[in-house]
Amino acid sequence: MPVSSDTLKIAGREFSSRLMVGTGKYTSFEQMVQALEISGAEIITVAVRRVNISDRNKESLLDYIDPKKYTLLPNTAGCYTADDAIRTCRLAREAGLSDFVKLEVLGDEKTLFPDNEELLKAAKILVNEGFTVLPYCSDDVILCKKLEDIGCAAVMPLGAPIGSGLGIRNPYNIRIILENVSVPVIVDAGVGAASDAAIAMELGCAGVLMNTAIAGAQNPVAMAEAMKLAVTAGRLSYLAGRIPRKLYANASSPLDGMIS
Amino acid sequence: MQIVINGDQKEIQDGSTVADLLELLQIGRERVAVEVNMDIVPKAVYDTYVLTNGNQVEIVHFVGGG
Repeated sequence: MPVSSDTLKIAGREFSSRLMVGTGKYTSFEQMVQALEISGAEIITVAVRRVNISDRNKESLLDYIDPKKYTLLPNTAGCYTADDAIRTCRLAREAGLSDFVKLEVLGDEKTLFPDNEELLKAAKILVNEGFTVLPYCSDDVILCKKLEDIGCAAVMPLGAPIGSGLGIRNPYNIRIILENVSVPVIVDAGVGAASDAAIAMELGCAGVLMNTAIAGAQNPVAMAEAMKLAVTAGRLSYLAGRIPRKLYANASSPLDGMIS
Repeated sequence: MQIVINGDQKEIQDGSTVADLLELLQIGRERVAVEVNMDIVPKAVYDTYVLTNGNQVEIVHFVGGG
């Protein structure tokens, strides 16, 4: 399949980049802009927070990001109940005039693992309200199938805890999810280095979403480029079809014509 | 009258609309969302939505996040 025609489709929208990038934790807006630019990402996540009423001179994220250039994916980070997440999504839609939301309902501050019960509850309501719901969830196929049945536009299982950089800890779970759901599977959270992103893509994931791996790198702009290349390489490797793993060697050079 | 904006008490003129409040706070309406007493106020009614004493107002926008 030529790379140019290999697009990511989410809820009828088409994207040429399979890398989704967050906008948090950069040391400056300028650094963030450069990283976003070089990453080639078309979908970027944002958080919804109170406007600073007392200091109006503070710069705002959207002074640096053109919403016409990027598809903004507001998250519900920091929400621990379905009600809070739903409220945040409604505010996000009003602020951004888009139905896309990254739904996360957290269960615990230490692990930031999803509260899947609350997640399902929120997803159901939001889908009914017309949102395009992309849920951050556990790497559990039963849960992912439930989210798909509810009408989520994708499922976004974690590779490892948010911000941990531990990589894809359970590739077999991701594979099982890939074999059993038909919506795009996007690994969200856990990527630390470019190789992790490539592994996610080689498994057959539709995309990878990350923030800390880029923003927290010593050189975020260079890491953004590395991630872009890794996602492309991993995708091509998946499409190309890898050789089977074998325990013993299989010579690459012919045995015929050996000098004796 | 007294209202609460993003958790802080504020005195504003009686009869102020959401649009008046945003102007007072120098906040552009395009990039924010406003909630009064937990209900979203659609942008289309900012000019006509009159705030009342004790209203709990939330004004949010997008910030960096993952």
